[in-house]
Amino acid sequence: MTQTAETTRSTPTSSAANADCISLDGVSKIYGTFAALRNVTTSFCTGSSTVILGENGAGKSTLLRIIAGLITPTRGRVTVFSGHPHLERRRIAYMSHSPMLYDELTAIENLNYFSSLHREGGCACVGNPEMALRAVGLDPKLNRPVGQYSQGMRQRTSLARVLQTDPEILLLDEPFSNLDAASACHMVELLADFRTWPVAPVNGVAGARTILLTTHQSVLAEPLADRTLTMRNGQIIDAPDSHPEAAG
Amino acid sequence: MKYLQHVLDHLRKDLRLEWRSRDSINGMLFFSLLVVVVFGLAFDPTSYPTMARQISGGILWVALLFASITALNQSWTREQRNNVLEAQRMAPSPASALFLGKALANMLFVLAVEAVLAPIFIVFFNLHALGNVWLLALILPLGTWALVVNGTFFAALGLRARNRELLLPLLLLPISLPALLAMVQATTGVLTADLDSIQINTWIKQLLGYDIIFTTVCILLFETVLNAE
Repeated sequence: MTQTAETTRSTPTSSAANADCISLDGVSKIYGTFAALRNVTTSFCTGSSTVILGENGAGKSTLLRIIAGLITPTRGRVTVFSGHPHLERRRIAYMSHSPMLYDELTAIENLNYFSSLHREGGCACVGNPEMALRAVGLDPKLNRPVGQYSQGMRQRTSLARVLQTDPEILLLDEPFSNLDAASACHMVELLADFRTWPVAPVNGVAGARTILLTTHQSVLAEPLADRTLTMRNGQIIDAPDSHPEAAG
Repeated sequence: MKYLQHVLDHLRKDLRLEWRSRDSINGMLFFSLLVVVVFGLAFDPTSYPTMARQISGGILWVALLFASITALNQSWTREQRNNVLEAQRMAPSPASALFLGKALANMLFVLAVEAVLAPIFIVFFNLHALGNVWLLALILPLGTWALVVNGTFFAALGLRARNRELLLPLLLLPISLPALLAMVQATTGVLTADLDSIQINTWIKQLLGYDIIFTTVCILLFETVLNAE
C-alpha cells in the first residue's frame, strides 16, 4: 500500500473500511529550493485512523494540507474519494494548529457561522453547534470572545468547529498542542467516539469515518492509532530512528 | 436563494466583527475628517464659494478613496488572523459569496463614514449645491461601490504579498481612475450646475457600467484569487 513499512493494528469494523478513501501517488511539494514532501506514495483506508509522527519540518502539515486541498502538489497526484480534494471538501474537515476562529466572536457565534457555510451538507450535526461545544467540554453560553480564551479552550473550540460539519475525513494537525493531559485524554476519547458516529450513505454506499492525525505526542494518540506513520525530511519512514527509504 | 443566504451570512459576520472592533470605521472616519479639515484650512473655501464648489467633489472622493484603502486592507487581515481563511477555503459555500458579503460590508462601512462626513464637509466648505442635489443619492452609492468592489478584490489579491499595504493602492488607484473621473465630474456637475442633466446622466451611466463590468469580473475571478498559493 505504501512505499514503506508502517506499524499497523486491526482496523475497526466498518462496511466501507476496505476501500481507500485517500490516495497519494508520487507526491512532492517544493517551496523554492526546499522540498517539504518528497515523492510520497501512500493511501489511507476508509474508516481507518492513522497517526503521523515526525519532527518539526518533517512534512506532516504539508501532507495534511495537500490532502485537504489547501495546497497543490508540485508533482504527483492526490485523490480523495477518487476525485480532486477540493471537489470533495464538504466531506473533509481540517483542523490546523491555528484555531481558525474569529477572535472577536464567541465560540457559539463562530460555530453558528461556520455551520451556516456547510448548510447544504445534510448531516444531523450541522446546525447544532451547541452539541458540538458540549461534546468538547465547553459551555455554549459562555459569553466571551474567543480572543479571551486560553489556548486549550481555543483548541477545543476549533475541534468543535470541525466536528459539527460531520466530516467523513478528519485531518488533525497537532490537535493536542496547548492541551493539558486531562483535556488531551478527553479529546482522544471524543475522537474514538467520533469514529463510531453513523455516516450518511453516499451513492448507496455506507461510509465510515477516517482520521489522519499528526502529533509529537505519540503516547497520547496511541489508543486511536490503527496505523502509525513516521515522517522525516518530507518522506515517510518506517520508524522514528531509521533512515529515509527511497521513495516510490 | 441558498447563494443569497450565504452572502447574507458573510455580511452578518463582517458587520458583527466590525461592531465589536470598530477598526475599519474609526480609521476611515479619522482619516477622511483630517483630509477635509486640512483642505478646508489650505483653500479657505468660505472666501471663495465658487472655487469651493469646483474642487469639493474631487476632495470628497479622494478623501473617501484613501480612507477606504485603510479599511479594505483591514477587512482581509481579519480573515488571515488565526488562519480563518483556510477554514473559508475548506467550506463548501461558494467563494464569490464570501467576496460579495465582504464587499457589501465594506460598502456599508464607507456609506456610514459618508453619512458622518457629508454634514461636516458642507460646513467646512460652506457648500450650497446649485444643481439637483438628489442626484447625489445615486452618485454616492454607485461611486462607493466602484471603490469597494475593486478594493475588496485587490486587497484579497495582495493577501499573500509581503507589502500588501503598498500593493493595494498601487493596483486600486490606476484601475479606479475611470470611475473616479465619472464620480468627480458628476458630483461637481451637481454642486456647480455647470453640467446639464444629460451630461450628468452620462457620467452616472458610465459609473453604472463600470460597476457592472468590474463586479462581474471580480465575482468570476475571486475563487482563483482565494485559492492561489
